[in-house]
Amino acid sequence: MTSILLVAERDEQGEINQSTLQAIGAARGLVDAIVTISISGEAPASASALAVEKIVTLSPIGDADDGIYDQATAEISALVEATSPEVVIFSKSDFGSVVGARLAFRSDSAFAADCIEISNEDGDGVSVTRPVYGGSALAEFEVASKPAIITLRAGAYEANSETGSPSIEAFDSGVDVEQAASVTGIVAEAREGVRLEDANFVVSGGRGLGGPEPFSVLTDLANALGGAVGASRAACDAGWIDHSHQVGLTGKSVSPDVYIAVGISGASQHMAGCSSSTAIVAINKDADSNIFKEARFGIVGDWEKVLPSFLATVRELRA
Amino acid sequence: MRRPLVGIGITELTVRIVVLAKQVPDPETPPSQFKIDELTNTVIPPNGVPPVVNGFDLNAVEAALLLRDSGADVEITVMSVGSDFAMDAMKKPLAMGADRLVLVDDSGLDNIDSAATVRVLAAAIEKDGPYDLILGGRQASDWDQAHVTLGLSEVLGLPLVSLVQKLELNGDSVSLQRVIPDGYQTITAPVPSVLTITNELGEPRYPNLRGIMQASRKKPEIYSLAVLGISSGDLAPKLELKKLYIPESNKQVELIEGEDEGDSGKKLALRLREEKLI
Repeated sequence: MTSILLVAERDEQGEINQSTLQAIGAARGLVDAIVTISISGEAPASASALAVEKIVTLSPIGDADDGIYDQATAEISALVEATSPEVVIFSKSDFGSVVGARLAFRSDSAFAADCIEISNEDGDGVSVTRPVYGGSALAEFEVASKPAIITLRAGAYEANSETGSPSIEAFDSGVDVEQAASVTGIVAEAREGVRLEDANFVVSGGRGLGGPEPFSVLTDLANALGGAVGASRAACDAGWIDHSHQVGLTGKSVSPDVYIAVGISGASQHMAGCSSSTAIVAINKDADSNIFKEARFGIVGDWEKVLPSFLATVRELRA
Repeated sequence: MRRPLVGIGITELTVRIVVLAKQVPDPETPPSQFKIDELTNTVIPPNGVPPVVNGFDLNAVEAALLLRDSGADVEITVMSVGSDFAMDAMKKPLAMGADRLVLVDDSGLDNIDSAATVRVLAAAIEKDGPYDLILGGRQASDWDQAHVTLGLSEVLGLPLVSLVQKLELNGDSVSLQRVIPDGYQTITAPVPSVLTITNELGEPRYPNLRGIMQASRKKPEIYSLAVLGISSGDLAPKLELKKLYIPESNKQVELIEGEDEGDSGKKLALRLREEKLI
């Protein structure tokens, strides 16, 4: 028997999110898996049909703690102590990255971030695979302490679509953390059109654009496709476009039907955020740049000459 | 051997900041030169590409320097754990304007995991401190775990705020902006606290000539594991690396070539339509 605690998260509607369903997929793939899900706040009705053995509810995350996660860390840590799971799975989200890392030190255990694979083939030791060096290499680890605490990369596993009839119970941790740091407000960036993470088309620009102005051409193309504008970290750090557009290891992960990379060299750190796109299209002057090793379609050429006719033809085709 | 709390240029009111920094292979190494020795599971240092300080850690150095620029009386100590330090790389934060460089330099620190790194850093911080702020980069560009600074807050029992893009000192507290996917949160944290700094803070400054000259005259202060009361047996990994390899790519790009670049653009759109992608 492999007892697994899976720390669930919600989408904007309060339902169990896609990353959590993918984590259930990963957990169900382990030998002799007994899966418990924990969720902050009351479980949504749809949770009662998830293919897991048990659902445990924790206290809701308060606004002042949402981003610091002191109370959630304390409760999950108490739950781990009370139930001694062999594996604890988080999504590689903001929440999972913070709480998972902190939990590892509270339970004096191993932490592996951003895993793309977890297995326990002989039903005993747990091993994980994770990208390292910005995605240039993969590392396989054997977890030498219990529990194995991991965060799972989005898209690494298929969402589980089976149904089950888990029991649901509330967990009273008995802890009430007095917060030292607290969230006092949220400032949302203005966003036009579709969310980058939800877009079917993403047009991204990089260092090769040479400045902020060309992003208006990329925006025209994104609008013609009904998509969103992305950017490499180099373009964001240079101040050409806001960081909320950054795609990559330390930015957003996107998986559109078509990802159009303009003037992007294709460093592994950037590809980590877009490699699950259905098709990557590269436009770059440098025939040797790494992006052509990752792309399905490419043009070796000057984007200033390529994009106007590409945009005009796209508009004709979609008219 | 705890340092006196006051000294030359340092008063009771000085805000003492420690910035964690890690030496890493240059992440700008061209993919063609990135090679792995599969017998030892280590990255082969590429010829002519010296190691650098993790770029995200330079964001944390910049954050500390911005506090000084804003008029705060700060002392900035850069701390690192490892062996075989490349001094040209490790002195960069000093050249940017940091005051001290403290290295835990010991051959017992080869290839330790992030949990062990936290243990060593915590001991060094407790010996070298006390500190008002502990800053680290959001993650290191070699193992990408984003674990060490977060773990330190647990071991030291201090409040933690991650992904900080702006900070302001107000006496006994700090006002912070924390990056979230579509904007930022405002957060108040006490001093002392542990913060991870993200690249949204802005590009780290380039060292000027005066900074480089000053840094060249400064000597790092070295701690050994023995001085910290840690034996290498205390540093057994919780994650055992079994295999490190470069994933194979079997993608084959289809290059679109027209009569000129404009024609290529048109043909690309038609090809994507043919594939029902647009």
